[in-house]
Amino acid sequence: MSSEDDRLTIHGMGPETAPAPTLGPDAPSPSPGQRVLLLACGALAREILAIRDQAGLSHMDLMCLPAILHNSPQKIPDAVAEAVARHRDAYDRIFVVYGDCGTGGLLQARCEELGVEMMPGPHCYAFFEGVPRFAEIQEQEFTAFYLTDFLVRQFDAFVTRPLGLDRHPELREMYFGNYEKLVYQAQTDDADLDAKARDCAAFLGLAYERRLTGYGDLERELRAL
Amino acid sequence: MADEEEDIILSELNDEELVQQMFDDLYDGLREEIEEGVNILLERGWEPYRVLTEALVGAMTIVGNDFRDGILFVPEVLLAANAMKGGMAILKPLLVETGAPRMGKMVIGTVKGDIHDIGKNLVAMMMEGAGFEVVDLGINNAADAYIDALIAEEADILGMSALLTTTMPYMKTVIDQLAEKGIRDDYIVLVGGAPLNEEFGKAIGADAYCRDAAVAVETAKDFISRKHNQMAAG
Repeated sequence: MSSEDDRLTIHGMGPETAPAPTLGPDAPSPSPGQRVLLLACGALAREILAIRDQAGLSHMDLMCLPAILHNSPQKIPDAVAEAVARHRDAYDRIFVVYGDCGTGGLLQARCEELGVEMMPGPHCYAFFEGVPRFAEIQEQEFTAFYLTDFLVRQFDAFVTRPLGLDRHPELREMYFGNYEKLVYQAQTDDADLDAKARDCAAFLGLAYERRLTGYGDLERELRAL
Repeated sequence: MADEEEDIILSELNDEELVQQMFDDLYDGLREEIEEGVNILLERGWEPYRVLTEALVGAMTIVGNDFRDGILFVPEVLLAANAMKGGMAILKPLLVETGAPRMGKMVIGTVKGDIHDIGKNLVAMMMEGAGFEVVDLGINNAADAYIDALIAEEADILGMSALLTTTMPYMKTVIDQLAEKGIRDDYIVLVGGAPLNEEFGKAIGADAYCRDAAVAVETAKDFISRKHNQMAAG
C-alpha cells in the first residue's frame, strides 16, 4: 500500500483503463463510444478509482500527475498542459481533477486556453468538504491544517521531510505556530488512518478533529461527466 | 568538516575572516555563532549599521539568492533567518541609538483569514536590514487594521502577504478601501505570497508584486527613491 502511495506521490500513474462495464441499475449511460480521460492529482487516485468502479463509469480512464507537484504548485499548469497535449487525440473529453491548488488562478486559465474542464474549488480539501460549505467554515476555521486520507498516509513525504521537521524539529513553531487544530477529512472510515492522523496532530502540537466527509463534490462531479 | 568548524575561535579571526565565517555560519543557520560574531564586531568598534549590512544582510542575500536558484530550500532559509534574527535582536536597539539611515517606513501583515507568516516575516526582516522601519501587524489583518496603522504610523509603504488562493483577493479589498478614502496614492503598495503573480498584482491595483524578500527590498528602495525624486522636482 505504502509503495503505491509513494509511486503516486513521486511519479503519478499513466492512463489506467477502466475495467469492463458492470452496468447496474444506477449506472449512467455515456454517449456511445465517448472516452473521457480524468487527468488528476496523484493524491486523488484511490478516491477516483473507488468512485469510478463503484459507479460503473467505465468510459473513464484515469491518469495521475505526481502528487508532490503540490509542493511546487507553479509547475502544475505546465504539467497539466503537457499531459493534455499528449493524450487529447485518444479521448473525446479530458477532465482535470485538480482544484486551484495554489496556482493563483493559473491552472484555471491554462485549462480554459486548452479547452478542457476542471473541478471547481480552491483545492481538494474544499471539494471533499463541499466547496460552498468549505468556504463558509473557512471564515471560522482558518487556523486549521487539513489532511485527507492520502495526506495522512503520505504525511512524511508531504510535511515532515520537505519542511525539514525530521532534521530540525525546532522549526515546528515557525511553520505551525499560528495553527490551532488539525482537521482530518476522512474519505473512508479507517481506524488506522484515524490513529495516524491523531499522531500527526500530536507531532505538530495541534488539537485534533476528524470529519468523515466521504468523497463530497468529487463523486457528484464525476458522476455528472 | 564538523571538527574543523568546532575548532574555529571567532574572536581570533581578523575582521575579514570573521565576516566570511559569519557568512558561512548564517548560511548554516548557526544562531549562537552569529550572535557571538555580532558582539565581537561591535566590541571591535564596528558601527551597528555596518555589522548589519556587511555581515548579516550580505550573508542573508546569499541565502536568498540560493533559495531563488533552487540550491537551498525552505527549512535552510528558515534556519538562516533565525540566525539573522538573533543578530538583529542585538543590533536593533543600537541602530536606534546610533541613528542609522532610515529609508522609509513600512506597515506589513498577512491579510484577513491568512495565518501564513513565514514569507511576511522574511520580508520584514530584510526590510529592516535594508534600513526601513517596519511596523509588523502580524497575521489575519482586516482592511481597517492596515489603514489605521498606515495613517497612525505615517508610513510610506503597505506590504500585504497571502499564501492562499482564497485569501489573496482580500488585498484588492484593502486597496479599494484606500482608494475610497482618497489615500491610495499616498502609499506604495507591495504584495507577495506563493500563489500571487505579477498579473494579479496589476489587476488588483498594487504598485508591485514581489516574488521574494530580496525583490521586495529592491522594489521598495526603487519606489522610495522615485518618490524622493518627485518631491524634489515638485
